[in-house]
Amino acid sequence: MSRKLELIVLAIILIFAAQFLYMSSTTDAEYGGADGEAENVINDITGGTYEPIAKPIWEPPSGEIESLLFGLQAAIGAGIIGYFFGYYRAKKNYENELGYKGKSKSEGDGHSL
Amino acid sequence: MHIMEGFLPTPWWQIWFAVSIPVILYGIHKLNGLVKEKREILPLLAVAGAFIFVLSSLKLPSVNGSCSHPTGTGISAIIFGPAISAVLGTIVLIYQALLLAHGGLTTLGANVFSMGIVGPVVVYLVYKAGMKANLNFYLVVFLATAFGDWATYVTTSLELALAFPEPSGGVLASFTKFASIFAITQVPLAIMEGAVSALLFKYVVNVKSDILVEMKVIEDKVVRKLRGIPA
Repeated sequence: MSRKLELIVLAIILIFAAQFLYMSSTTDAEYGGADGEAENVINDITGGTYEPIAKPIWEPPSGEIESLLFGLQAAIGAGIIGYFFGYYRAKKNYENELGYKGKSKSEGDGHSL
Repeated sequence: MHIMEGFLPTPWWQIWFAVSIPVILYGIHKLNGLVKEKREILPLLAVAGAFIFVLSSLKLPSVNGSCSHPTGTGISAIIFGPAISAVLGTIVLIYQALLLAHGGLTTLGANVFSMGIVGPVVVYLVYKAGMKANLNFYLVVFLATAFGDWATYVTTSLELALAFPEPSGGVLASFTKFASIFAITQVPLAIMEGAVSALLFKYVVNVKSDILVEMKVIEDKVVRKLRGIPA
């Protein structure tokens, strides 16, 4: 299997990482959230008169708790993706090696083996 | 792209709910039908939803010194279409609104519209057009998801601009202001989201191309070409 796509994606990620490293060490950019900056623009436009019509029911009490919950979100997602890719991969291998055909096989996919 | 809790005044938050709810309901209806008819798609559905979970939790630094996050809706939009993506996006947005105070319940309609509806619709249209033009499959996935991600943030800018027009320049002037935050921050992140989505699709094609062919996402001959199997 060719690894060309992996290399291209890796290169794109490395370019952004290098750019981030360079910029974060040469400038004092804050890297705040864009969502928060929108709040400043709203204050700008309305002259600070806008009162939010509702407040969050519950807020993470600290940045640590917030990153915990964000981390949890990513972990749940990554776990599910890993589980099913592993499942499919193993299933395909067994089908290849043992000639096993699951009963849920639909027609028209004979070529995928 | 999350508009924060309370930051859309009446009547705007109701308007976006009115637009989004029918799409979500249609998506649930479609989802139910699909799951009943083809139970074997459930794992792929879980993967598509999980991909939204992962990507929308990653706040990445961008070139202009602020952070934003990808949306991850491209995979589900390409495989399952925009309506089902709206349902998956809504689940993620509710999680973030309730547990992270990220986005909010009053702004949920607007956030679903930008991330769950406009983004996936753009992904879907670009994907169909690209496949029709016979471009390389992974390039098409890249372009579709990158534009979909970007369209989500342009939509958020528009939603905010409509609700908060400039006293002097009107909606257009304030759209420029919001877009200069969201749309510009998002360009590099959209490129990364496109690249990662294309990579994930490579693995889906490798292990489970039969479902993609069956769902008419991709033609049999394209799969053969991608995997180097002679037709």
